[in-house]
Amino acid sequence: MNNSVSNTARLLWAALRALLVLTLVTGVIYPLAVTGVAQALFNNKANGSEIKADGKVVGSSLIGQQGYSLDYFQGRPANGLGTNSVNTQYKLILSGATNLSADSKVLVKQVEDAKAAVVKNNSTADYKVKPSQVPADAVTSSGSGLDPDISPSYAELQVHRVAERNHLSVSQVEKLVKDHTDGRTLGFIGEPTVNVLELNIALKSLVTKS
Amino acid sequence: MGPVLAGVLQLLALIGALALAYIPLGNYMARVYSSDKHLRVETWIYKGIGADPNTEMRWPAYLRGVLAFSAVGVFFLYLLQRIQGILPGSLGFSSVNPAQSFNTAVSFVTNTNWQSYYGEQTMGHVVQTAGLAVQNFVSAAVGIAVAVALVRGFARSRTGELGNFWADLVRGTIRILVPLSVVAAVVLVACGAVQNFSGIHEVGQFMGGHQQWNGGAVASQEAIKEIGTNGGGYFNANSAHPFENPTPFTNLFEIFLLLVIPFALTRTFGVMVGSIKQGYAILATMATIWVGFVALMMWTEFAHHGSALQIAGGAMEGKEQRIGVGASSIFAVSTTLTSTGAVDSFHSSFTGLGGGITILGMQLGEIAPGGTGSGLYGMLIMAVIAVFIAGLMVGRTPEYLGKKIGTREMKLAACYILITPALVLIFAAASMALPTPPHSMLNSGAHGFSEVLYAFTSAANNNGSAFAGLNANTDWFNTMTGLAMLLGRFLPMVFVLALAGSLAEQKPVPVTAGTLRTEKPLFTGLLVGAILIITGLTYFPALALGPLAEGLAS
Repeated sequence: MNNSVSNTARLLWAALRALLVLTLVTGVIYPLAVTGVAQALFNNKANGSEIKADGKVVGSSLIGQQGYSLDYFQGRPANGLGTNSVNTQYKLILSGATNLSADSKVLVKQVEDAKAAVVKNNSTADYKVKPSQVPADAVTSSGSGLDPDISPSYAELQVHRVAERNHLSVSQVEKLVKDHTDGRTLGFIGEPTVNVLELNIALKSLVTKS
Repeated sequence: MGPVLAGVLQLLALIGALALAYIPLGNYMARVYSSDKHLRVETWIYKGIGADPNTEMRWPAYLRGVLAFSAVGVFFLYLLQRIQGILPGSLGFSSVNPAQSFNTAVSFVTNTNWQSYYGEQTMGHVVQTAGLAVQNFVSAAVGIAVAVALVRGFARSRTGELGNFWADLVRGTIRILVPLSVVAAVVLVACGAVQNFSGIHEVGQFMGGHQQWNGGAVASQEAIKEIGTNGGGYFNANSAHPFENPTPFTNLFEIFLLLVIPFALTRTFGVMVGSIKQGYAILATMATIWVGFVALMMWTEFAHHGSALQIAGGAMEGKEQRIGVGASSIFAVSTTLTSTGAVDSFHSSFTGLGGGITILGMQLGEIAPGGTGSGLYGMLIMAVIAVFIAGLMVGRTPEYLGKKIGTREMKLAACYILITPALVLIFAAASMALPTPPHSMLNSGAHGFSEVLYAFTSAANNNGSAFAGLNANTDWFNTMTGLAMLLGRFLPMVFVLALAGSLAEQKPVPVTAGTLRTEKPLFTGLLVGAILIITGLTYFPALALGPLAEGLAS
């Protein structure tokens, strides 16, 4: 009996030492080494891909923002984005999806409301948006709630409104969207995107210039 | 180019990349576990542990090593979370409560990475890097070690010796997981994943005001999270979060990372048992199921049935624009057919049938290709069952790889395949029968039941993904999913190692004209059939109440 207790103790002691040594390698040396390389070679990216307008940081090119006025291009809905409830000393963004099922009545209402708003907001005196024109990404929440991108067709849908509100010509704004459209990587990876923050920064500078 | 064609091309590119890595990585891993030389850094580590890496262990000793190391891991990780409030570098986050600390500690040690907490507002730098990420490495290394022990059981005869657990653990970590992770992490940072140790970051916004985010060692954790088929996200949104998975390329790269070791281990198996063709037969079984599931998933997701998705005009709810429907489908299948559980899109908002495919993928036992190590040993157990069924048909004592599958072997294999379904169905039924646990459901009706079924399927199979509407941060779910994860990880390992021990003691049976040729396509067909029938019969009633009901109604 005594023998087996001391054997177990010896085994657990070896296990603990193994854990501590491997923690040193994989939990201290590894992340510090990767951080060193990352900070030296890819400083901006390793720190969140911050993006500036007029010399001021206005966010990250990877993190979508909410609350653009209708003068600007709109991003995707983010109904799953949470509020910080655990650690209230910060106002951290809490990423997340709605997790509503495909036949959920709540989701049906969210999508219908979003579609009606997209149609209404983007129809101008001489340009009427049809509900069938509205792409899926315009009325659904993304997985992270922080999707920085919209589809090129959603961007195109907003061109007439943006042009009218900023007193620009439709062709000027169309060109802007085209310049900020990224195709699939290597032609087949992922989907085409328009980065909303970058597009709006370019729009603002175009408006200021003209 | 349309999105469907782009999705298919991404699948083909992925298959090409996996095929290129298959032989070199598989052969390399076979050398790692067969070599009798120790690297200098490894000898230092063995000194630190106080273990002799050259001592051969019989199965009980090997198992004791696995259990002791994992028990210490649970305790250490629990403690680290409980004292987070006084640790430096914790971003001011307080200590995690006992039920959630237990759940999270078990979750990461069992390679599950079920998360009932929100990453970005709960865990500081120390717990993330020195606690959670460490278990990402070592739990994966433990999984591979157990698989290698089973392979040695097939390869060796007239001995009971299965190798040395400490040597297998250290070699898997130092020679396989760390080097791969370093390369992968740097690639991820180069594409935009964050990697820093700064505090809470506040930046201005375009329309005024500020936003706050926390950085951290995200890329380094993301790399091992995929390579080790762990899946625990740094952020709540997991691999949908742009800081974890910034571009379409990183998305495909992460799918590659979570599949590469499980697939390549079939090569390691072939090399170690001295017949590469046997490895190909297992690989073909895994690949058939994986490709079939991806095809089904793409079909249902592009068809976007379900009233809300029909109105929206596409299955983009819970999916990122840069990734799209096609690549999200590949990711969802790959993460649930392995034990990863990372997500780049939220399975709860998939079509009814799409959600069902993710659940069924886990219920197959995560063997196509499965988790690091656990996929291979799970598949080899199914192969034992398949040769047994074939043996019954011709009235001959079944054998596999020159070893007789007798009563003892079959009892162990049968116990293995019974554990997980028992855990899933009992825990899910109990949760539905009791008055309080159903309050955690976000959705109602069939989908609400699917949330609970998904939770215990994910926990008992050590996957970690979720129909995340379920509020799993209650005492009931923290405790019960914790127990399901523990039992679902370690009981199967007991039977695998016992089986390995009993196989290693046998003397090999010579191959005769009557031997079932397990390296032939016929056997692959038999194995695929056995897997689908056994799982189908086990889970069909539960699936009919949840995802099938939802999918057929829409």
